[in-house]
Amino acid sequence: MEFWQPQSLTEALEIREQGAEPVAGGTDLMVDLNFDRRRPKALLDLSQLPELREWDRVDGWLRLGAALTYTRAIAELGGLLPGLVLASRTVGSPQIRNRGTLGGNLATASPAGDALPPLMAAGAEVELVSRRGTRRLPLPAFLLGPKRSALADDELVAAVWVPPARGPQQFAKVGPRNAMVIAVCSLALDLDPERRRVGCAIGSVGPTVLRATEAERFLEGTLEESDWAALPAAAQGRFGELVAAAARPIDDLRGSAAYRRHALSVLARRCLAWAWTDGSWA
Amino acid sequence: MRLELRVNGEIRSAEGLWSGESLLYVLRERLGLMGAKNACEQGECGSCSVLLDGELVCACLVPALQAQGREVLTVEGLAPQGLHPIQEAFLAAGAVQCGFCTPGLVMAAYDLLRRHPRPSEADVREALAGNLCRCTGYTKVVSAVLAAAEGAVP
Repeated sequence: MEFWQPQSLTEALEIREQGAEPVAGGTDLMVDLNFDRRRPKALLDLSQLPELREWDRVDGWLRLGAALTYTRAIAELGGLLPGLVLASRTVGSPQIRNRGTLGGNLATASPAGDALPPLMAAGAEVELVSRRGTRRLPLPAFLLGPKRSALADDELVAAVWVPPARGPQQFAKVGPRNAMVIAVCSLALDLDPERRRVGCAIGSVGPTVLRATEAERFLEGTLEESDWAALPAAAQGRFGELVAAAARPIDDLRGSAAYRRHALSVLARRCLAWAWTDGSWA
Repeated sequence: MRLELRVNGEIRSAEGLWSGESLLYVLRERLGLMGAKNACEQGECGSCSVLLDGELVCACLVPALQAQGREVLTVEGLAPQGLHPIQEAFLAAGAVQCGFCTPGLVMAAYDLLRRHPRPSEADVREALAGNLCRCTGYTKVVSAVLAAAEGAVP
């Protein structure tokens, strides 16, 4: 096995084209190497590429470099992407958050990836780069199945593009404790009161992170009628039902499908109530 | 492959590394530093916690070759002589039972107190959330870290 440490993205893409496996924080890949589950023919170390670690505002979007760690997202993006920050705080432990990256979460494409629901709820797009060029895919088009994505063999995740929050964002996750937990189910909510737009994405309840489209449309209608007054209790309940209906969960060792659906409807009602009463946006 | 890095202030090197080798393997098996413990090898338990360029990491999840030319602090390097005040606090509070998790917990506590010298109990619990201990039930560990923060160590 070879270990390549390119000093520029151009050099990295040449090595990637020859089939090297990218590694940044190592929090997923090293587990597979330690347990002899995977033996890539070469490793491509992305940790020396400063261009992947930066984030910027570009054309009204936030462009977050793929090697941005959860720790830095928490420290630097609080006012801009509160949903992503809430989700990042639930990732692993301090040790994991110091190393794990947004690009790694995207490329691993687990339905339980904690950063994915808030990114999807906010309408994020993934920037993929290869020697052939650059393309941007909406997150739902990037995530194809459990640990399967549209990333081609010669591509790297360069960045994720996200619009800054225009209203309250919430995230909640169910698991046996507050740290080191793979989500049993999770939910991210993104409200844009001014444009009456709602984003809602759910994790660990399907082959990929999913959008709860009908629940979004229902809530957009409620936003229209309620004009940010008190949230009708019936609307909360209906929102929870529609979110649960969007789930496609399975029974596995972390929880049953029925439990996941139920817990998800509870998360939906809670996140909605928190977001609705978030005074900073009223 | 060859690796050169600074460990506890000293330049150290190792030859003949496998490219997928972890920093933990290098520390323990090639450099003879047994402080960082090898338990889960998947980042779950925190027993192998060390600082890499000042950041708390699980050494089992760091490809060793990524540490080329970088700085590692292990529990052996915490105090130039004797014990670090955090280690003294662990002893005084009875926070050490079998001792296997202790080096990792001490490194996580060291990392917390450097960034946050006056933590609340909740801060301590959040900072130590990635370190598993099967003996103490954590109460005395948390007391030890709070005592170290107050300088209340005999």
